[in-house]
Parts: sequence; C-alpha cells; structure tokens
Amino acid sequence: MPTITVKVKRFDGKTSWWQEYRVDTKSRKVTVLDLLIRIKEEQDPTLVFRYSCRMAICGSCGMVINGKPSLACQTLVEELGTDYITIEPMWNYRVIKDLVVDNEPMLMRLREIKPYIVRDEKEIFEQDIEFGQTIAELDKYLNFAYCIECGLCYSACPVAADDKLFLGPMILAAAYRWSADSRDRGWLNRVKVLDSDEGVWACHVAYSCSVACPRNVDPGFAIQMLKAAILKRKKKL
Amino acid sequence: MFVNMVEVLKYDLVIMGSGLAGLRAALQAAYTSHGKAKIAILSKVQAMRSHSVSAEGGASAVLYPKETGDSFDLHAYDTVKGSDFLADQDAVELMVQMAPQEVRFLERLGVPWSRNEKGQVFQRPFGGMSIPRTAFAQDKTGFFMMSTLYQNVLRFDNVDIYHEHFVTKIIVENDEFKGVTAIDLKTGELKLFLAKAGIIAAGGAGRLYRFTTTAHSTTGELLTLALRAGAGIKDMEFVQWHPTALVPSGILITEAARGEGGYLVNRLGERFMKNYAPQKMELAPRDIVSRAILTECKEGRGFTHEESGMCYVGLDLRHLGEEVINRKMPFIRELAHKYVGIDPLSDLIPVRPAVHYTMGGVHADIHGRVLKADGTWIKGLWAAGEAASISIHGANRLGSNSLTECLVWGHITGEESVKYAIEKPELVTDDSIIEIAKKEESRVFDKLIHKEVNANTPYDVKRELNDIMEEHFGPFREGSKMSEGLSKLLRLLEKAKSMRIDDSSRVYNQNLKDALEADGMVELGLVIGLGAYARAESRGAHYRLDYPKRDDTNWLKHTVAYLYGGEVQLTYVPVTITRWKPEERKY
Repeated sequence: MPTITVKVKRFDGKTSWWQEYRVDTKSRKVTVLDLLIRIKEEQDPTLVFRYSCRMAICGSCGMVINGKPSLACQTLVEELGTDYITIEPMWNYRVIKDLVVDNEPMLMRLREIKPYIVRDEKEIFEQDIEFGQTIAELDKYLNFAYCIECGLCYSACPVAADDKLFLGPMILAAAYRWSADSRDRGWLNRVKVLDSDEGVWACHVAYSCSVACPRNVDPGFAIQMLKAAILKRKKKL
Repeated sequence: MFVNMVEVLKYDLVIMGSGLAGLRAALQAAYTSHGKAKIAILSKVQAMRSHSVSAEGGASAVLYPKETGDSFDLHAYDTVKGSDFLADQDAVELMVQMAPQEVRFLERLGVPWSRNEKGQVFQRPFGGMSIPRTAFAQDKTGFFMMSTLYQNVLRFDNVDIYHEHFVTKIIVENDEFKGVTAIDLKTGELKLFLAKAGIIAAGGAGRLYRFTTTAHSTTGELLTLALRAGAGIKDMEFVQWHPTALVPSGILITEAARGEGGYLVNRLGERFMKNYAPQKMELAPRDIVSRAILTECKEGRGFTHEESGMCYVGLDLRHLGEEVINRKMPFIRELAHKYVGIDPLSDLIPVRPAVHYTMGGVHADIHGRVLKADGTWIKGLWAAGEAASISIHGANRLGSNSLTECLVWGHITGEESVKYAIEKPELVTDDSIIEIAKKEESRVFDKLIHKEVNANTPYDVKRELNDIMEEHFGPFREGSKMSEGLSKLLRLLEKAKSMRIDDSSRVYNQNLKDALEADGMVELGLVIGLGAYARAESRGAHYRLDYPKRDDTNWLKHTVAYLYGGEVQLTYVPVTITRWKPEERKY
C-alpha cells in the first residue's frame, strides 16, 4: 500500500507556509482531489480548497499540481509518476486562504464581451421560433463552448501575471465562441472591446493557456482567430 | 447597509440556488420586470458550478409532432406511467405543453443543441419514452444549458449574483416569506437578505448516500431549512438510483448510452433485461433497470470490482462504432478512459446503480408555490427544479424530464414571483427580523467559540449517515430493516447537535459549512426514512420486499412531512388524476 506525500502551500490571511501530509492509499488510481478530501476529513479539517463535481465539468478545483495548473479531480496520482505531490494555489490570483483564490473579479469581467447571442432581445425572448443551425455552423464554435470557467488558462498566462488589465484567455475565447455562433449578430459590438491593449493585442502567443486547459478548449487558438478577424476587418465571424 | 453589525440587503426577489431552475427563474424574472426588479441569486458554490452541469443526456419535448408522430398526450402518458401513477397529471400536462417552447427558447439563447442533417434539433430515445423526444447537446446537455443560462443572466444589470453564499435560515413570519440569512464564505460575514419574494431552487440530496452520481455539493440541507420554516416536504422516500454509474467513483454514464443502442450484459454475456422488461429492455424506466442490475448481482451473475468489492455489470457500446460514440457520447469515452482506464470501443464499461435524483422535495402546487402540510401557501415563497415536488415525477422520474421540469418551473416561478414582488409595497427593515438575524449569527458562529472536544466531526456524521441510508433505505427495503435504520437516525440526530469544528477562522470556513450541511442532511434522512417506513407498498423507486406490490386502494397518495412540536410528522395528500387511471406498469 503506497504512502503518498502531499505538500500544500497554506495561507491563513497573514502567513504562508508549506505543510506536509501523508496519505496511505490502496491504489494510485485515485485523483489528487480524492487525496485532498481524505486529508481534510481525516487529518486536517482546516485545509480548504474548492471542489464539487469530481468529474472535471464544474471547474471548481483548479490548482497548481507539481508545477502544472490542473484540475485536482482530473489528475490521477499514477499520472504524476511520483509519490511526492506539491500543491499550490492557482497563479495570478490573490490567495484568500490555502488553495482558494479570488477569481471572481476575472470571472465577472465576462460581462464585458457580452457572452450571449446579441440580437433583438424581443426576438430572443418572445418569438417562439428556432433560429436553426446546421452541423457545419455548430462545428465552427462548439469546441470553444466547452469552457468550464475554471480559470486555469488565466493562471497559466505569463501576460496575466503582470498585466492586470488584460482580459485573459478565458474571456477572449468566450468572445470568439459567441461571435462565431451563426445565430449571433454581435461581432462588431465586441470588436470595440477586443481590438485593444486589454484585449487580443496583449496576447504574445505563449500558448500556455491551451496547454493548461482541462477541456481542450484551445483558447490560444481562439485568440489568434480573433486577431485575424480584426486585421481582416471582418464584418461577421 | 449595516444594522447592529449585520449587513442588510434588500431585494424584490431572492433565488436560492443557481442551477438550471434557479438561473432560468432569474432570467425570466429579470426580463419580465423590464430591468425594474432587484433580483439576487445566492449560491453556496460559485454560481456557474452548480450540480446541473453534470447532467448529460438531454431535455424531453414534443418538438416536431408532425414528423415523429409524437404528441403531448403521449409525452404526458409516458411520464405518468413512468411515475407509477403518482404524478399529478394536471402539472404533467402543463409541463409537456410548455416543454417545446422552452427548448426553442434555449436554442435562441445559444445552447448548442446537436443537430440532424436538416438543421433541426436532434432527438434521441430515452428510458420510458415511447417516441424519441430527448433533445441533447452531445452528452453534456446540462453543462451547455447551465453555461448558456448563466452567461445570459449576465445581460441584466438588475441581477446580482452572490457566489459562495451559504443560506443558513429561511425566515418565515405569519406564513409569509421575509428573507434569508446567508454566510458569505469568503469573509465569514453573515448577511441578511430581506426580500418580498423567494424561490427555492437548491437541487436534490444525493449525498445522503455514499454511492452517488451527484456532486459533493448535493447535500439537500436547504430542504431541511424549508421544513424548519414550516413548509411541507413531499414524497421524500422516492429516491432514484440511476442504473449506470461508473465503479468505483459513482460518476454518471448517461442513459443516452442506452438510448443510442448500448446493451447491459451480465458476467455470462447475456442481455439480462429481457427477463425484467422484455419490450423496453435497456430503456425501461430507471427503477426497473436498477433493480434488475442489483438482482443479477445478488444472484451471482455480476462482475466484482477488485479493490472496492463492488458488484457491477457491463455496459456494452462496442457495436455502436467510433463515429456514433465520438459524435454523440464523447464525454462518456473520456470518463471511461480517465477514471476506469478502458476504451468503450473495445471494452465493457463497468456500471452499477447509484443514487442520482430525489423525486421528493418542497411541497409545491402547480404554480410552484411552496405549501405547508395543510395546503396553505407560504406567501411569497416558490420552489422549482429538483428541490420542488409538484409532483411531476411521482414515484420515479423518466430520464430527460428533469431538465425540462427545471426550465418550465424556472419560467413559471420566475415570472410569477417577480410580478408578485413588484406589486408589493416597499420593504421596511423590521426590528424583529434583525433580531432573528443576530440570533442566527450567534447560533452559527458560537460553534467556533465553544469547542466540542469529544464530539463527532461533520465528516464522521456524514459517513455514518451514508452508512445508515445505504444499508437501511436502499433500493430494496424491508420493514424491520427500516425500523432499525430509524433508530440509528434518531441517535445520529442527537450526535449531530454538537459537532466538533476544528477550524476556528471566519474566512472561508469549509469545516463550519460542512457541519451546517451535515446538520441539515441528518434531519432530511429522517424524513426519507419515516416516509419509506410508513409507505406499506412498492411503487416506482420505493420497493419493499415485505410489500412487493403496488397498492392503489390505500397508497395512491403523496406523503407530506412537516415539523410539529419539533418532531417530524407525516400526513397524506391526494394525487391529481385528470386523464390516466392507474394501470399495470409493464415494460
């Protein structure tokens, strides 16, 4: 029965320190989240971290595991290839406590790019019709609609580390998802926000965002598509 | 505004829960009020992360009746029969009528419904449905609906979203809803939300059990808060086991896998459903399939998972081919690969029934208005989604009817509650309510000051609750076993009154939150247990070895639990039957 050592970066509002825990586990086919929950329930109830679905769809458990921004519930111990696990909170956010970070300011900026079908509101809310969409039209944006708002892309982004005004990969990818949706008419509206130093032009194509994304949304690619569309003065994506 | 150290926030409408029902209600309320009403959404998780994101299969609706030969009558009949005739038929008829317009509305909002070659919304077969009517977005329908609804709520400036606010008390005075107290987890502050209207949309209670498809957040304590505020809790004994959850994690494998043609096989390679539901086979309602799987296990025809010792059967998708799996069920392929290490194209997926949904919930009428056990409306309070029991699903829910219910009653309660709130006079900050809030502040945070050294932790309590529910109130129930379970629950209830909380900080105190959850969960377990023990028949998901038959003469009625003198009491209310008389439920 292997013993896994888990070193966690703690923070209580004033001081931060590293704390080591040891967990005996029957198999390495458990997730890092499983280990953290066991530590909390059996050894140290003061350890805090966000979690909910445990199946990589709610986006709660983003953290940096052995140097890589990942979802704890999607990281199997056997995948790490070691019995020594180091965990710290997601980068680029203010730490509230232990592994819980203040990602709300970034998440709420989603409003700035109008993350919904921009069109006559009466048409959307009151006309009982289908706008309709072909399979080809659906495929154009579907991949980018998988974003679970976990914020890992933003935490991996080297630009976001210094530039606090940069909207970041999550929000830019969302701007692409909605603009590329055949039902939407909001592209020209969104360009005003995107074609700026807070928008796409801050991106230096480091591409860490796409590497970190647990749902393969490929936000890096979405940003490059936005840049191309802006440069080509496209009227609609 | 701060009054005596408690922050007081005033709203026209407070929505408790940010899942599909809650968000749909918020959207409807915001639009109906033309931006005039002040609406708050309170969620104990970050609002976009509600358990609704895990729903996979789809939402049922009669979208293209001319082309498919489908009809409202058929959808309603399927639902009523699926419910083992406990559903209230007027409500079912309303739901099937509103369902298509809701699916179309979500299409206009931006949900990426999967399409057929004609560009229409694709519909797949599902358990208990006579005609394929389940609209889906790959196998992540709940996720896409949540994501779309959440982002659309951001259209409205008059909706304030309170992430990670844990409701501790629903305030009702003189049979009227006044507001709620909630802890802002990030700061540890208790806030008082005064409101003219409220909607309870906090979901179900799967985590009362150990092997469950539900998220860790699906603890149901808000139902207990409703009970304590005077509401009736209806039909709680009807707990749904979903037939196909991954072993050993309990992660959901959608019914769509069977809808698209998957088989269930036992250790001998037989499609055993032919012995339990010869006509519908794998697409019989969930209670029937779950009991079939467990019976195969009991009789030695299942596989055994080495590490956990759990018995399971195989979900066979190999014959469906790569194209179907990748286009229609990519998530399943990913989940099976990640969490079990197999490829559904070449291996059987190990599945076993897990607790998935609670048919019961807050006693509500066809408008979603929250009722006391005697039928009076708690003025200004509504309930929608899994948290409510109208009842649409009766003794058993058909797959894909839940997402539809969330949309329909999200719409109805959102609209009615905001209209009610707008017509009410302005809220006055009342001293007695402030007193209540201050008492809540003490009740909740004193637990941090007075350390119970030898008491159980919230995790001990949750674990023991899981043990009791799994052993005594499982898919196969029996009188004396349940009676034993009830005694254990009563003892656990005592233990839960003083739990040991190790984290004494105010900021993000998950330990305290876990204790508040555990406190609500045990009482809810008791409600389930009492209802199950009293119901001397088998119906839908409630199956008793000592009363294996359905008894319409004595038991065609809803159980309603309520608090009286601090104790849970039971009463019964009739089922509304409009068109379909109970008949034998064979598939």
